[in-house]
Amino acid sequence: MLHEIPLYTISVEVNERTYTEKVPAQMTLLQFLRERLCLTGAKEGCGVGECGACTVLLNGKAVDACLVLAVEADQASVRTVEGEARDGELTLLQRAFIEHGAVQCGFCTSGMLLSAQSLLEKNPHPDQEEIVEAISGNLCRCTGYVQILEAIEAVALGREEGG
Amino acid sequence: MSTDQEYRYIGKGISRLDGLEKVTGSAQFVHDMAFPGMLYGKTVKSPHACARIVSIDISEAEKMPGVCAVLVGRELPYKVGIYMIDKDILAKGVARYQGEPVVAVAARSELAAEEACAKVKIVWEELPAVLDPREGLALAAPLVHPELASYSYMKGVFQPQPGTNISHHQKIRKGDAEKAIDQAEIVWKTQFYNPPVQHVAMETHTCIAHALPGSQARIWTSAQSPFTVRNLFSACFGIPHQNIRVHVPYVGGGFGGKAGIHLEPLAYLLSHKAGGRPVKLTMTREEEFGTIPSRQGLYSQFTTGATRDGKIVSLIATYIWDAGAYADYGVNVGRAASYSGAGPYEVPNCRIDSLVVYTNKVFGTAYRGFGHLEVLWGIERNMDIGARQLGLDPVEFRRRNVLRPGAKTITGETISEHTGRVDLCLEKVAEEIGWSGIQTEEERAQARDSGKLRGKGVALLHKAPAMPVFTSSAALLKFNENGSVDLLTSITDYGQGTYTALAQCAAEELKMPIERIHVPWESDTALTPFDWQTVASRGAFMGCKAVMAAARDALQQIKETAAQILRAPVGELVCRDEAVFVAHRPEERLSYREVVMGYSYANGNSIGGPVIGRGHYIAQGLTHLDLETGQGLPALDWTYGAHGVEIEVDLETGEITVLNLATALDVGQVLNAQSLRGQIIGGVVQGLGSALLEEFRFSPQGRLLNAGFVDYKIPTSKDLPRKMSQHMILTEQLDGPYGARGAAEHPMISIPGAIGNALCDALGIDFFELPLNAERVWLGIQRQRSVLQNTLPRAIMLPQAIKLPQTVHLDRGGG
Repeated sequence: MLHEIPLYTISVEVNERTYTEKVPAQMTLLQFLRERLCLTGAKEGCGVGECGACTVLLNGKAVDACLVLAVEADQASVRTVEGEARDGELTLLQRAFIEHGAVQCGFCTSGMLLSAQSLLEKNPHPDQEEIVEAISGNLCRCTGYVQILEAIEAVALGREEGG
Repeated sequence: MSTDQEYRYIGKGISRLDGLEKVTGSAQFVHDMAFPGMLYGKTVKSPHACARIVSIDISEAEKMPGVCAVLVGRELPYKVGIYMIDKDILAKGVARYQGEPVVAVAARSELAAEEACAKVKIVWEELPAVLDPREGLALAAPLVHPELASYSYMKGVFQPQPGTNISHHQKIRKGDAEKAIDQAEIVWKTQFYNPPVQHVAMETHTCIAHALPGSQARIWTSAQSPFTVRNLFSACFGIPHQNIRVHVPYVGGGFGGKAGIHLEPLAYLLSHKAGGRPVKLTMTREEEFGTIPSRQGLYSQFTTGATRDGKIVSLIATYIWDAGAYADYGVNVGRAASYSGAGPYEVPNCRIDSLVVYTNKVFGTAYRGFGHLEVLWGIERNMDIGARQLGLDPVEFRRRNVLRPGAKTITGETISEHTGRVDLCLEKVAEEIGWSGIQTEEERAQARDSGKLRGKGVALLHKAPAMPVFTSSAALLKFNENGSVDLLTSITDYGQGTYTALAQCAAEELKMPIERIHVPWESDTALTPFDWQTVASRGAFMGCKAVMAAARDALQQIKETAAQILRAPVGELVCRDEAVFVAHRPEERLSYREVVMGYSYANGNSIGGPVIGRGHYIAQGLTHLDLETGQGLPALDWTYGAHGVEIEVDLETGEITVLNLATALDVGQVLNAQSLRGQIIGGVVQGLGSALLEEFRFSPQGRLLNAGFVDYKIPTSKDLPRKMSQHMILTEQLDGPYGARGAAEHPMISIPGAIGNALCDALGIDFFELPLNAERVWLGIQRQRSVLQNTLPRAIMLPQAIKLPQTVHLDRGGG
């Protein structure tokens, strides 16, 4: 350590695996995920909670990981984009993002996916307005959002059809 | 003309090859990379628009824990630049814009580097700044670069004016514009303004540089053009090209902002000073706005003459670019925008003066569409204003003047049947929005009671790649043991879909499944073949041409080996379904797998060898533009287009809702339907940002006031048009791959003009400045009310006149 900074022990479940680590008070959840756990799927686009590129699920809720301190995630469960596919099997949303052309540069993609996932888990049949609202905190400069909205809608409708 | 049935992959909506890595979070950006022993760089920046550095004290910063290197400008005898070598790596003597790096630190953590930066003491003496390019042209204006005469620059292309703030003066002279104006039946004058804006790629600029023994450098960078980084890096330090290795992995958006060289030299110098440990230098979002270059501002002014029946006879345009502190791509923006600077119209007499002016602001660089969104904002509003002067419908006025086969452009190029059809684009969007002419004042008055007014507008666009005459691409198709192929290119796919298009092209040409074509997502100047730059909508065009050539080369190699084995002439062999066979005896066949690594006969004798297809393409027939007249052939291909919009304006808030937005582009041929749609929608929405939301705001002292997403808004999912549609016109480009032409930048061009024209239709108010945000529109509505009530003169609606100072002698007549 460069300075004598007090450290705090936290225990966090990330993608169903528990990590016990000592962290300084000012470390954000985003830094913890990216630098300590090398889970770099969540990106830093602004560092001040304005762009949504760092969106992860904290106890099931979509949050900007740059605005959450690592110590706040003690005893919490975190999901990042790396934990979404199981055994090489993509989630419906991941598949839909590829098929609908919802990805361009890909820097906002993990945050978009988790904002959408959070919506669909709370509300499997959102209407268009609810989908627009759910990703309105996630900035994308490439796609113009339309194909992202179409991908999410396709999943929402697919579930409806599947009963 | 080619049709879809002929192709297995071209034109189809193949999903992008990198989708899987991106949706699983495994795609690695420079943002995500780290190396053992890596340090983090941070900079101290100028707080002033223009100030002399009296002294710098770094003694305390050097003692901070974890600090490995501190650099100041005076120890760096280097200058960098793409067209004009005018920029120090850290400010020396004078800082020329607020946000310019002055001191740099490398430390073991970002926090340690930041803390060290806070300990740097700089004494400043503020100097008079040039904050408005129009004032910068005045004889008495302070000089942003008094040493301009001593700078190296690309001669024969650019024309800096030492003793002024002009880094480039581009002239276009066709016919006798003044005489034609004097004789025109109708003449009108207009002027417009575009503010500087930011690209806002989601991944900010970042790079890792590693200074290695023996003057070697390795660089990993979030950049568009690895070979340009290498070339400019080599020129800057005098390190030979082969000693510099530039890697470009996944890039989180570029839009032109990552086209040139940015942080790489500074990161390298920090690494060097820190004893050769790798250094990562990443811009914060605030630095991305205030330190990294932006799209430069523009003041434009037009005098247009037409016949009474609506044929344009002359256009005189002056473009004054607010280029900021360094030239970067700005000089080329001023150049490229000029040869498109009369719009897609036949203008028999034309004079354009495009002046790129240094100011003490964050500097300009390439941004998607490269000067075209800027000049076409004015050009397309000018067309609607002209139509009103003439008493003509704006669509009809355009119809009478668009470039058609046989017409000559303002640089003397003759339009052919295959150049593209802007007239068809115009008709398509007019139809899509149900164009029925400008509303009358009575119609507006009737609607006014509802509190919301609707309006429609159209705007045309055109653009050709802005690139040197020698622009080239290369591709390698390297066969693997199982007969699959690695496609190597140094074009960068930062989201456009180019790699998927190249793979489609390779699969089409090699007659094999696209699943067996692999494009490694990393350019590496030591391993992937040369490519000039990934800019200007030329990647898919020139990249596909190179891949087609490489495929021909590979198939020839396969056939030459197979001809020996099959005992048939090469000319009678055919390749299909990953196999080579004799045309009239298809059962005599060999799979690619059997041939591509060499073939062994039963007795062990072997022939052939690993197949590597090599292909290249260089732009054909381009010429330099004459320095005095701008005449010549600058364009690889012209892509034409049009937007039609219907909007609704809330009279109480000034807010604009886009109800319908139709886009038509003459793309020649669709390469990938899904990516093309993505490029168009993405570009249109980015254009809406420029039209409705985005602008840099500066304090009177030249400090950037909105360097973050709180005060600088880009479109979100809530800001989309209610309806959007995309329409392709397919006029085959004869030298384009499968007849295609570039289309990645064009969708954002002319969005502001279409919205501005619709706004005028809705309100009967001309707006001349961007963005058309709620505040500006609301103020316009209030002024109109005052004018209607005769409390304000009508003249207040016009922006400040562009006064050309005495230093600029705009010579009359053709050269």
